[in-house]
Amino acid sequence: MLQQLMPAFRIMLVMTVLTGLVYPAAITGICQVLFRDQANGSLVAVNGRSVGSSLIGQNFAKPEYFHPRPSAAGNDGYDGLASQGSNLGPTNQKLIDRVKASVAQFRKDNPDYTGPLPADLVTASGSGLDPHISPDSADAQVARVSKARGIDPAKIRDLVARHTESRQLGFLGEPRVNVLQLNLALDQKP
Amino acid sequence: MTASGVLQIVVYFLILLALTKPVGTFMARLFAGERTFLHPLFRPLERLIYKLSGVREETEQRWTQYAASLLAFSIAGFVFAYLIQRLQGILPLNPQHFGAAGAPPSATPVTPDLAFNTAASFVTNTNWQSYSGESTFSYLVQMAALTVQNFVSAAAGIAVAIALIRGFARQQMTSIGNFWVDITRATLYLLLPLSVVGALFLCSQGVLQNLHANTVVKTVEGALQSIPQGPVASQEAIKMVGTNGGGFFGANSAHPFENPTPLTNFVQMLMIFVIPAGLTYTFGKMVRDTRQGWAIFAACSVMFLAGVFIAYPAEQAGNPILAHHGIRSSPTAGQPGGNMEGKEVRFGIASSALFAVITTDASCGAVNGMHDSYTPLGGLVPLFNIETGEVIFGGTGAGMYGILLYAILAVFIAGLMVGRTPEYIGKKIEQKEVKMAMLALIATAASTLVFSGISSVATFDWDHSKYLNPPPATLKPAPASSVPPTANLNNSGPHGFSEILYAYSSATGNNGSAFGGINTNTPWYNATMGAAMLIGRFLFLLPLLAAAGSLAGKKKVPATSGTFPTHGPLFVCLLVGTVVIVGALTFFPALSLGPIVEHFLMYSGKLFT
Amino acid sequence: MSTATAIPPVINDPTVLIPKKLARARPLFDPEIISRALKGSFVKLNPAILWKNPVIFVVEVGAFVTTIFLVRDAFAGAAGIGFTLQIAVWLWFTVLFANFAEAMAEARGKAQADSLRKTKTDSIAKRYTSGGKIDEVPASKLRSGDTVLCETGDIIPGDGEVIDGIATIDESVITGESAPVIRESGGDRSAVTGGTRVLSDQVKVKITSNPGETFLDRMIALVEGAERQKTPNEIALNILIAGLTLIFLLAVITLQPFAAFSVASAGAGSVPSVAVLVALLVCLIPTTIGGLLSAIGIAGMDRVMQHNVLAMSGRAVEASGDVNTLLLDKTGTITMGNRQAVEFLAVAGVAEATLADAAQLSSLADETPEGRSVVVLAKEKYNLRGREVGEQEANFIPFSAYTRMSGVDISGRHLRKGATEAIINFVREQGGRVPPNFLDLSERVSRSGGTPLAVCDGAQLLGIIHLKDIVKGGMKERIGQLRAMGIRSVMITGDNPLTAAAIASEAGVDDFLAQATPKDKLEYIKREQGEGRLVAMTGDGTNDAPALAQADVGLAMNTGTMAAKEAGNMVDLDSNPTKLIEVVAIGKQLLITRGALTTFSIANDVAKYFAIIPAMFMVTYPALANLNVMHLHTAQSAVLSAVIFNALIIIALVPLALRGVKYRPQGAAGLLRRNLMIYGIGGLIAPFPGIWVIDQILVFLRLA
Repeated sequence: MLQQLMPAFRIMLVMTVLTGLVYPAAITGICQVLFRDQANGSLVAVNGRSVGSSLIGQNFAKPEYFHPRPSAAGNDGYDGLASQGSNLGPTNQKLIDRVKASVAQFRKDNPDYTGPLPADLVTASGSGLDPHISPDSADAQVARVSKARGIDPAKIRDLVARHTESRQLGFLGEPRVNVLQLNLALDQKP
Repeated sequence: MTASGVLQIVVYFLILLALTKPVGTFMARLFAGERTFLHPLFRPLERLIYKLSGVREETEQRWTQYAASLLAFSIAGFVFAYLIQRLQGILPLNPQHFGAAGAPPSATPVTPDLAFNTAASFVTNTNWQSYSGESTFSYLVQMAALTVQNFVSAAAGIAVAIALIRGFARQQMTSIGNFWVDITRATLYLLLPLSVVGALFLCSQGVLQNLHANTVVKTVEGALQSIPQGPVASQEAIKMVGTNGGGFFGANSAHPFENPTPLTNFVQMLMIFVIPAGLTYTFGKMVRDTRQGWAIFAACSVMFLAGVFIAYPAEQAGNPILAHHGIRSSPTAGQPGGNMEGKEVRFGIASSALFAVITTDASCGAVNGMHDSYTPLGGLVPLFNIETGEVIFGGTGAGMYGILLYAILAVFIAGLMVGRTPEYIGKKIEQKEVKMAMLALIATAASTLVFSGISSVATFDWDHSKYLNPPPATLKPAPASSVPPTANLNNSGPHGFSEILYAYSSATGNNGSAFGGINTNTPWYNATMGAAMLIGRFLFLLPLLAAAGSLAGKKKVPATSGTFPTHGPLFVCLLVGTVVIVGALTFFPALSLGPIVEHFLMYSGKLFT
Repeated sequence: MSTATAIPPVINDPTVLIPKKLARARPLFDPEIISRALKGSFVKLNPAILWKNPVIFVVEVGAFVTTIFLVRDAFAGAAGIGFTLQIAVWLWFTVLFANFAEAMAEARGKAQADSLRKTKTDSIAKRYTSGGKIDEVPASKLRSGDTVLCETGDIIPGDGEVIDGIATIDESVITGESAPVIRESGGDRSAVTGGTRVLSDQVKVKITSNPGETFLDRMIALVEGAERQKTPNEIALNILIAGLTLIFLLAVITLQPFAAFSVASAGAGSVPSVAVLVALLVCLIPTTIGGLLSAIGIAGMDRVMQHNVLAMSGRAVEASGDVNTLLLDKTGTITMGNRQAVEFLAVAGVAEATLADAAQLSSLADETPEGRSVVVLAKEKYNLRGREVGEQEANFIPFSAYTRMSGVDISGRHLRKGATEAIINFVREQGGRVPPNFLDLSERVSRSGGTPLAVCDGAQLLGIIHLKDIVKGGMKERIGQLRAMGIRSVMITGDNPLTAAAIASEAGVDDFLAQATPKDKLEYIKREQGEGRLVAMTGDGTNDAPALAQADVGLAMNTGTMAAKEAGNMVDLDSNPTKLIEVVAIGKQLLITRGALTTFSIANDVAKYFAIIPAMFMVTYPALANLNVMHLHTAQSAVLSAVIFNALIIIALVPLALRGVKYRPQGAAGLLRRNLMIYGIGGLIAPFPGIWVIDQILVFLRLA
C-alpha cells in the first residue's frame, strides 16, 4: 500500500493537470471562438444593454408583462446565484398553501380567465430560473396583458404563437414560451 | 402519458441499444490492450503519463496490489480535493473571491466537514453536494478538484469492472490487470474524447464555458439579477459521461445553463448510459460469449423500462390534492399537466421522469427536476433504484460490478436447483465468492439503514447542536433546547422520513441525487454521509476485487447441457427477480414508512405541516 | 486377445444379482425414529450446540428475549399478555421444529448404525506368531501387518488381503447379499472385510487396518454422522443464509427508530413491541432452509446408503452431482459380462446349416456363456436341438490357452472352434486350405465390433461364428439421460479401436478409450480435469487405484481389492458399476433440494411483509391497510399467522428435505424452469393462502 502511494500521487498530479487544467482550458478556448454567445451566457441586450439571459428566467410582476412561474430561487425568486426548487413534497401543507395562494393571486390578476389553471403556472420549477411557461399558461394571461396594453388579444395571441417553441425534433420535451423574449417582443411592438 | 412522451422513451432506448455494441467493442479492445482508432492520437500521451508517474505498463497486479493501488489513488485524490477546496481563497481562478476577503455575503464557507464531505463525495463518484456550486466554489475548485475527480473516480470504477470481468475471463491466473494502466486508458481513450465532444455540443446549445466573474444585469422590470458564469460545459460533459452527477450549480441539470434544451437533456441522458450499457457488451466480448453480455443488457433493460413506466404515469397523474384546487392535471397540447412542482417546462413530465429513473439506475445523481417534489411513486422508483445498488446499467463500471454481484447471488441461490455447484461464465461460485458478495451487500445495507435510523431519532443538546447540527437559519421558531437532525428536514411526515432515507441511500449508493430539501451542510450530516459514501464505495468494491482474484485463479468449466444457462430469458428473469427481491426484502420496512405510505396518504388527502 | 472361452466363470456377476438393501428404506415416520428425534430436538436447544446454526440460533435468542418480556409483562400485569405468550410459544416451536428436522435425519442414520453395529462381534483371531505358530488373540488386538488364519466358519477378524489360499466367503453383513463370494490370493479379488464369515476352505489373511479403523467401523461412523463435515456447497450456503440473517437483523432493528420517527410525526400509535419486532425478524430470516439444511445433507448420505453405496464423505456425494464426465467400463457396465453368438457366416460352398451344426456340436461341452449362446443360436435359427452326446462317442477337447481352441472329436470328425489364427493353423496342419472369402468374413465381423470365432471340420474351414458384445438393455436410454443432464459418458475398454467404436456407437456413448491400460485411464482423467471437468469412474482392480484416486468421484466395487476401495471415495456394496449413474442422480438431487428450499425460503418473505408491516402500523398509518392484501383480521392475528405459518412450513417440508426434491434427468434449462416455477414462484405465492387460512382459524378459535 505504501509503495503504491508514490505512483498514486504522481499520477494524480498528472491527471489534475490534464483533466483539471488543460482540458477545461482547451474547451474554453474552443468555445470562446466557436460558440462565443452561448459560452458567455446567451445574454440578451436591449439598446446595447444586457437585460438578462435568454436562458434564465426573471421576475415579471407588472400586468402588461407575461408572468413567469413561481420561483424558489432566493428570497424573491429568480435569484441567479441561488438556483433551486422548493423541494416541498406532495403531502406538504406548505406546498398546498403556496399553490392555493398562487391560484388565488392568478384568479385575482386574471379575472377574465376562468378555465382550469395549467399546472406549470402555479408550481415552482426545479431550477427556480425556468425561462419558460407552457403555451396554455401564456394563453391564460393574454386577456390581462391585452387589457393592460390596450392591444387586441388576437394580436397578442399571435405573438405568443410566434414565440412558442414546439417539441425539438418533434418529440423531445414540451412546447414552451420564453417569457423574457415574449415580453421583449411585446415592448418592441408599438 | 402522452404519445410524444412514450415515443421519447422508446427512441431513447433504441439509440442506447444501437450504441451498446460499438461502444462495448471499443472498450473490449481498449482494455485488452489492442490498438484502437484513437491510438495515433493518444498513445504518445499515454506513454508520457506512465513515464511521469513511474508506472510500468507491462506489469500485472494480483487483486491485493490492484486494490492497494486503487486505495492509494483514492487517498491521493482525496488529499488533492480537500486541500484545493480549503485553500481556494489563496489560489487563482477565483473571481468571486470565495474563501477570501470580498466574498459575497451569501457565500457558503468551506468548513472542514464540508470539505471532507465533498472530497469523499467526489472521490467515491457520488457527487453528493452539501453546497450550492455557484455560491461556494471557485472555478479552480470546480476544475482542478471536482472535474478531475469526475474523470478519475469514473475511470477507477471502470477499472474495477474490467478487473472483475477479467476474473471471469481468465483462468488459472493470479493477476487481474494493472490498475494504473486501466485508469489511464479509461481516462485518455474513453472519458476524455467523449467529454470533449460532449462539452462542445453542450456549449453550442447554450451551456456556459468561460472564466468570467458573474454578470449583473438590470432586468426588464428594473431589478438587478446576477447571471452566473463559469467553466460549466467542460464539467457538465464529464459529470454525465462519468455518471458523477455533481452539478456546477445547485439546481444541477435542471439549471438552464447546465441543460438548456430538450435536446441537451436527451443527449445528457444518453451520456449517462452510454458507457454502462456498452460495458455489458464489453463483458460478453471479454468472456467470449456475447450472449452473456446481452443477457445482462436485457435484465437491465427490463428493470429500466419497468421503472420508467411506474414513475412516468405516477408523475403524469400528478398530485390529486392540487387537482382539487382547479389545476389541470391532465396533459393538453399546450401544457404538460401532471406534477410540475420542481420540474422545468422545457422538459415537462416525460423527460423529467425518464431522467430521474436513468440518473438513479446509474449512480449518476444528476437531476433535471427536484426529486423531493416528485409524487411518492415517482420518488420511490429513484430511491429503490439506488437502494438496489444502482445496477440497472449502473454507474460507469460500478453498475457492471454491481450487477455481477447480483448475478453471482442469483446463480448461487437458484443455480443449485439444476443439481450442480453453481457456475457463472464457467466459474464455480463457491464460498469465497458468496462470502464477498454478502459482505458487500451487508456493508451497504448497514450503512444506509443504521445512519438513517440514527438520524431519525437522535437528538443533541443545544450546546452540541450549535456545533454538530445547527438547524437552518430559516427554522422558525428557533429551537429552544435540543435539536434533532430531523430539524434539518424540509418536509415532515413520511416525506420527511424519505428525505433522510434518500440521503443515506444516495450517499451509500454513491449516487448523489437528493430529496434536496434536507439541509445536510452540518458537521453531523457531512461526517456521517461522508462515511456512508466511503463505505458504499470501498466496502462494496474491495470484496468484489477479492472475488475477481479468486475467480481469475479458477479453471473454466466447459458448458454442457447440464450447465445453468445464463444467457436466456430464464436467467434474465432470475436476475431481475434477485435484484428486486433482495432489494425489496432489505428496504421494504423502511420504504413502507416513507414513499409507500405517503402514496396512500396523498390519495386520501392527508397533509403534514 | 483370447477367445470367449478363456473367460473364467464369474461367480459374482453383478447383473444377475438382485441386491438386498443393506439400508432398508425405512418408512419416513418410523415411530422409533420419531421418538428419538423428538428427544433430540430438545437436546439441541442447548445454545452451545445451536450456535453452529446461526439462523436457528437467532430464532432461539429471539424466543428467549420474547419470553423475558413476557415474564416482565406478566408481573407488571400489562395488557396483551395472551398475544405475547402465543408469539413466544410459536417462536420456541420454530426452534424445536428446526431441531426436529435435523434430529430426524440423524436418528435415521443412528438407526442404521445400530443395525450395523450388531454385526460387529468381537471374534477370536488366529494370529501367526513370528515363529510361524498360531496363537489366539481377540480381534481387537490385531494390528495392521499381522497375519491370521481364517478357516471354515471363522469370522474374519479384520480388513485385510488374502495372501494365500482361496475361500468362499459370506459378506452379507456388509452387502446384504446372501450369495457367497470367492476370495483368493493375488489378483483383484483378494480383499476381505472384517466381520464377514468364511463358508468353506481356508485363507491366510494379512491384516491391513488397525482396530477402530476397519471398514465396518468407518461405515458405522459415517452413517451415524459422527464424521459428518460440512460440504463446500453447504458452507457457502450457510454463509449466504447467515448473511441474509444479518441483513434482516439490520432491517428489523432499524425499523425501531424509523417507527419512532413515524409515530412522532403522525402523532398516533406506538412503536412496535419487542415481541412483534422479533416476530418480524424470525419470519424474515431464512428459517426454512436454515432449519432443514443439515437434514438435507444427512438425508442425502442416507439415500446413497439406501442404494447400497458407501460414500466416504458428503463431499463425494456433492461432487457426483457436479460430474461432467463418466468413465464407464465396457464389460459389466455397458455390455453384459460376456459375448453372445448372433450369426453364422459360412464360407463359400458351405451351407449355413452345416456350419451351425458343426458349431453346435463343438460347443456342447462348452459351459461358458459364449458356448451356450452358440448352442442356443443354432437351435433358434436352424432348429438344431442340442444333442445329448455321451462321453463314449465323443472326445471333448477343452480350451487351453496354448491351443486357443476347443472342440470335439466325434464319429471321426474333428470339429474345432477358436481364434481365427489358431483354426487356420489347425486347418493347414490337416492339409486344408483357407477359402478365399474366409478372411473377408472374419474382417467383417471384427469391423462391426464383434469377435469372429472360426469353425472347422478337420481340414475344411466352415465359417465364422459372430460373437458380439450385447449392450445391456436400456443402456442407450440411460446414456441419453446422462447426455441430457450434460454428462459425457466415455466407454473404457481393452478392445481394439474398431470393436470399441462399434460398441460405443451402439451404446450411444460420447467417446471411448480403446485398448485402455490403467495408465491411459489415469491420463484421460487428468486431461479431462485439466479442461475443468469433473470425472467419475468405477474400478475394482489394484491397477485402477491411481485412477480412482485421481477421479473426482471414484466408485470402487466391493468385490475389488482393498487398494481400489481405499483409493475411491465411494464403495458400491453390490459391485454394480452401473450404479454410478444413480449416484450422480443422488448428488444432483441433494444440491437441487438445497437450492429449492433456499429459493422457497427467500420467496416466502414477500408475503410475510404484506402480513406484518401493515399490522405493525395499523394505528400510526391506517393507510397502510392498503398493503393488507390478505385482509387479515387484526394486527395481532396477522403477526401470529405469519409466525405460525413460518413455523409450520418447516415441519411441512421435513419429508421433502429427507426424501429430496423429485429429480428427473433432464437438461439444466428445463430443470431450472421447472424448479423455479415450483419453488420460486410457488414460494412467492404459497404463503398468501397459508397465512390467510391460519388467520381465519385463529379468529375462529378466538386466539387473536
